Amino acid sequence: MTQQATPPKGIGPMAKREMRLAYAMLLPTFAIVLSIVLFPLLANFWISFKSVQLADLRQAEIKVNEQLRPKPKAAGEDVILRYRVRNSSQKAPVSDVFLRDTIPTGLIIGAVPEICTLTARELTCDLGDQPAGSRLEIKIPVTVEQSYLDAGVRPKDQPMQVSGTSKNVLTSFDFTLDNFRKVFSSSEFWTVLRVSLYYTIFGTAGALILGLFAAQLLNTAFFGRNVLRGLFLFPYVAPVIAVAFAWVLLLDAGPGGTFNAMLQTIGATDGPINFLGRRSIPFDMFGFTFEFPMALTTVILFEAWRYFPLSFLFILARMQSVSSDMYEAAEMDGATPLQQFWFISIPQLMGILAVLFLLRFIWTFNKFDDIFLLTGGAAGTRTLTVDVYEQAFAVSNLGAGAAVAVVVFIVLLFFALIFFKFSPQDDG
Amino acid sequence: MKLGSVTYASAIIGALWGGLWMLITGILLMLVTGITAQPPMGITALIGAVSGLATVSFAPSMRTRQWKILRALCILAALMIFTFAMPFGATLSTGPIWNVIFTLVWVGVLSLSLDLCLNGYVGGATNRYRLEVLFLRVMKGVGFVLFSIFVLLPFYVMVMTSLKSQQSLMANPLDFSIDFAQGPSKLFRSYIELFTQYDFGTFLLNSAIVSVITVVITLALAVPGAYAVARLRFPGQAFLSRSILLIYMVPAIVLVIPLYAVFSQAGLRNSLLGLLVVYPATTIPVALYMLQGYFRGLPTELEEAGLMDGLRRVGVIMKITLPLSLPALASVALYVFMIAWNEFLFAFMFLDDFDMFTLSRGVVSLNSSEVPRQHLMAGAVVATVPVLAIFLWFERYLVAGLTAGSVKG
Repeated sequence: MTQQATPPKGIGPMAKREMRLAYAMLLPTFAIVLSIVLFPLLANFWISFKSVQLADLRQAEIKVNEQLRPKPKAAGEDVILRYRVRNSSQKAPVSDVFLRDTIPTGLIIGAVPEICTLTARELTCDLGDQPAGSRLEIKIPVTVEQSYLDAGVRPKDQPMQVSGTSKNVLTSFDFTLDNFRKVFSSSEFWTVLRVSLYYTIFGTAGALILGLFAAQLLNTAFFGRNVLRGLFLFPYVAPVIAVAFAWVLLLDAGPGGTFNAMLQTIGATDGPINFLGRRSIPFDMFGFTFEFPMALTTVILFEAWRYFPLSFLFILARMQSVSSDMYEAAEMDGATPLQQFWFISIPQLMGILAVLFLLRFIWTFNKFDDIFLLTGGAAGTRTLTVDVYEQAFAVSNLGAGAAVAVVVFIVLLFFALIFFKFSPQDDG
Repeated sequence: MKLGSVTYASAIIGALWGGLWMLITGILLMLVTGITAQPPMGITALIGAVSGLATVSFAPSMRTRQWKILRALCILAALMIFTFAMPFGATLSTGPIWNVIFTLVWVGVLSLSLDLCLNGYVGGATNRYRLEVLFLRVMKGVGFVLFSIFVLLPFYVMVMTSLKSQQSLMANPLDFSIDFAQGPSKLFRSYIELFTQYDFGTFLLNSAIVSVITVVITLALAVPGAYAVARLRFPGQAFLSRSILLIYMVPAIVLVIPLYAVFSQAGLRNSLLGLLVVYPATTIPVALYMLQGYFRGLPTELEEAGLMDGLRRVGVIMKITLPLSLPALASVALYVFMIAWNEFLFAFMFLDDFDMFTLSRGVVSLNSSEVPRQHLMAGAVVATVPVLAIFLWFERYLVAGLTAGSVKG
């Protein structure tokens, strides 16, 4: 009987140790990505089904003000120890409210209201449930003794405990579809979606075309090429706030706007053009009147300006790796420079252009800062991402904002699927 | 003069350069000196066309240095005669020195452009190949000029506005001349006020702290993670190395509402600690992706030799892998630093108190009608200078980093 040698099944101890080591090394990454990216992603879905306002984030709590009225001046005076209780929230009730306080020495307590009990100097009041915005006063008659006046300890100085449970809107199980209903039924939503698509498509295409052009300029070696390459990357490297505000001032339509002053001095325009504030400019062609979307075009131009350096870098890197043999052969065959560009360069660059387009498409779609800083979403430039901010923080309706964010995410998922379907298998 | 495609092309090229350079030098004259100019582009285009024609009517060998000087003098004379001695549409008496300098600059760049474009070309017909070469030369020249202006103009306006006063900007928005006579304390008034009255020192410090700590945390977590993905075998490895990219396609705006809600209730909002939790989370996937690509490229034999000689995995990483990947680490560190320094959305949403502000948040707080615009631009310059300085200093590494991982926006 011969023992047949078989390959080991399952994972051996060595492989197991390697696996454990790998998981241990990845653990911190998993932890932080799970808690800051994946958890919020799910939480966003959760919030989108809830009726949450920005103000609801401040938890409802009971505020108590304690005073001795009128202010005692002499021993033996009868005054009122007054607790003013208030539910700070206008919307959420607080249940099972208890108030505990220590009465300062030197105050003789008269009758205690029936909701309160007094043991030694400890006062406990059961206030039950307090509806939203409720107010209530507890009055306890007291007689002041000399020792109170001497000690100088006021009722306020004694720590007071207030307890109660309020429902956290975020963790409750009340769901509603109102947010989605509101988002989809508003006529604005479809405009916003359309603007988003225009912005994404033209912004991405603009950045790619500018990048392709810039890469052609710097493809040949010449003195000062590295300096120029560094220069061309400035728009991308500089902080978005700085360049966005620089553009806002440059394109300002009021007095002091540089670009408008330039145009008027040359005589290109009569009056100032409000590049970022004007929704559209009508113009006539072939007897039809077209509406030219001014602000949207400016914002797209900014996008192309800010992100062309990226496509420029990638395309340049790819172009320098194309072997010169092909160009030499084409040259021998008498191909002209434009033919070489069209029939050799472009096909060679197609792969990187496609990847860049898809990736930049997704990232342009995600972009929030640029439009927010340039126009704030006014004048027909509100994209979905700006809409998320507007709904959640300007209108203060977190739920509606989250609903728009869900739409953003779903559209994005769709794009990402396309991207992974078409992306080349090697890491390009 | 022989007629033919090169002849016509030379006229068009000359007209193009004559007009374009007049436009640019005219605007530059306005920006630098504040003189209100009316650049006569039509006349200069005509002069350019004629000089283009003149250039190709001489054989390249005849265009000696003396010939070029003569041509330049003719161009200058024509400009003076046809503009009635007002080359920029303004009388020479307003800033005569500047007018002369810019006129000479125009003549110089026009001559240079003509020579560079038309070098080796004579009037008459030519084949398609040579015509396309000519076309591409012009396109490249125009491309360089326009691209440089397009890229630099906003930065120029940013720096110059920060050095001006509100009144002079309103009076003449094209006047970016710098009055050195007023002394440095007045010239840099906006910057001094930013640091003395608007707490920009604190903002700068906050930004630096947040960015540097983000870099440290990111590297500390991404290095082991990337090593594991690149070198160790475990179930899900292939899936992980592909899905890392997916994570950093999640838009920040989708995360901001839940994070805002949770951080508000947990008390992490309005603290730098909150940012220090969020920033690494957004940069780690990028860093991990970049590093694992680099680690894969390192020869395994070196690490195996280390293992054979009795080093543990940690030792291998510390003593072999990391020293070999210093350039990649530098790239990643710079890239992450740039992302953290420039980050706007979370800083804007989370920070309320002035002493917590990062530069991004601080500059936005200057964007109000009460703050003069030169302060806003000075703030923008303060935010830009450190990151641009670092970029120029380490350009090589950052470019490598950008190309490796910058599918991110």
